[in-house]
Amino acid sequence: MVELRLPKNSRVMEGITWEKPSDAENVQEVRIYRYNPEDSENPRLDTFFVDLDKCGPMILDALIKIKNEIDPTLTFRRSCREGICGSCSMNIGGVNTLACLKGMKEFKGPINIYPLPHLPVIKDLVPDLNQFYKQHASIKPWLETFTDEPNEEWLQSEEDRKELDGLYECVMCACCSTSCPSYWWNGDKYLGPAALLHAYRWIIDSRDQDRKARLDDLNDSFKLYRCHTIMNCAKACPKGLNPAKVIAEIKKLHLQNN
Amino acid sequence: MDNRPLSPHLTVYKPQITSVLSIFHRITGAGLTASTVLVVFWLASLAMGEFTFKSFNIFLNNPLIISVLVCSLWALWYHFCTGLRHLYWDMGYGYSLKSVTISGWVAVTCSFLLTFLTLLFFVS
Repeated sequence: MVELRLPKNSRVMEGITWEKPSDAENVQEVRIYRYNPEDSENPRLDTFFVDLDKCGPMILDALIKIKNEIDPTLTFRRSCREGICGSCSMNIGGVNTLACLKGMKEFKGPINIYPLPHLPVIKDLVPDLNQFYKQHASIKPWLETFTDEPNEEWLQSEEDRKELDGLYECVMCACCSTSCPSYWWNGDKYLGPAALLHAYRWIIDSRDQDRKARLDDLNDSFKLYRCHTIMNCAKACPKGLNPAKVIAEIKKLHLQNN
Repeated sequence: MDNRPLSPHLTVYKPQITSVLSIFHRITGAGLTASTVLVVFWLASLAMGEFTFKSFNIFLNNPLIISVLVCSLWALWYHFCTGLRHLYWDMGYGYSLKSVTISGWVAVTCSFLLTFLTLLFFVS
């Protein structure tokens, strides 16, 4: 359901302004969303100052520097620091992206960092992605086969394998789904761009034998057809994928099959 | 756990050409329903005879209603242009970010241009 205002417990209050590094010349102001589940206070927006001359170039470098040197309680997910694990997804400068792939020089003025939009927050920049993962599981992200197992692998021609390009690269960072207004309002019933991209990845896999059931399952006014081609997903994807186009392909398959 | 705050969404997400044009497509669609009612009243007044029609025209002629009508005209063209864009998408074309951006700006420009041309040629 469309709810424009945040619930009372979620409204963001003014936070702490942390001390500026005294000897720094090249300072970047970073404002970060903070929420501590262990006190009963509302979330707040803290202001930090990062010495760019003593910091790596990416937003993730700044977050790690802040955690190491200013406030060790700052909480965020990160792992690979090269855009392959999808852990450090967050809303940076108003757009969802991976902190490790976003350079600080791309911004002028203070950089605002929030958790991925419209999700329950566990702590600081760590949102609860359970629903997102459940939706991914619901599209059966595995090979469904009914014929006897081959003696070796399930083989696929090079051509058929190419069909999976632009799909298999998805790292499930949730940037797309949480940039979608339709997913904000109907995230409980609409599967969202990421899960649908994965659904299509299995639908068009030449080795999969459950295509019809997969398509029938998606033929639902909420699961798939809450996509109104807003296209925020494609604009947000840090891997340059295009979930909106993929969703259109699924819609086309529905038309061809009926 | 139920006490977890909801992360900010609409208020922090930077307006994207994609989502802004999309919401305006909706707003103009809904708004046009309202202006259609006005047009229906106008036609009804015509059916009710000369006196009603003339009186209704006087009502339509005040600056506030005229600006509403001009806005509705723009809304009609905007909804038409972005609607064509949707039809094109529904056929499976024009999804690359580049074409989305270009078609978006083309739709916006055309909506203003067509409004201007309509006013120039049909309303004088």
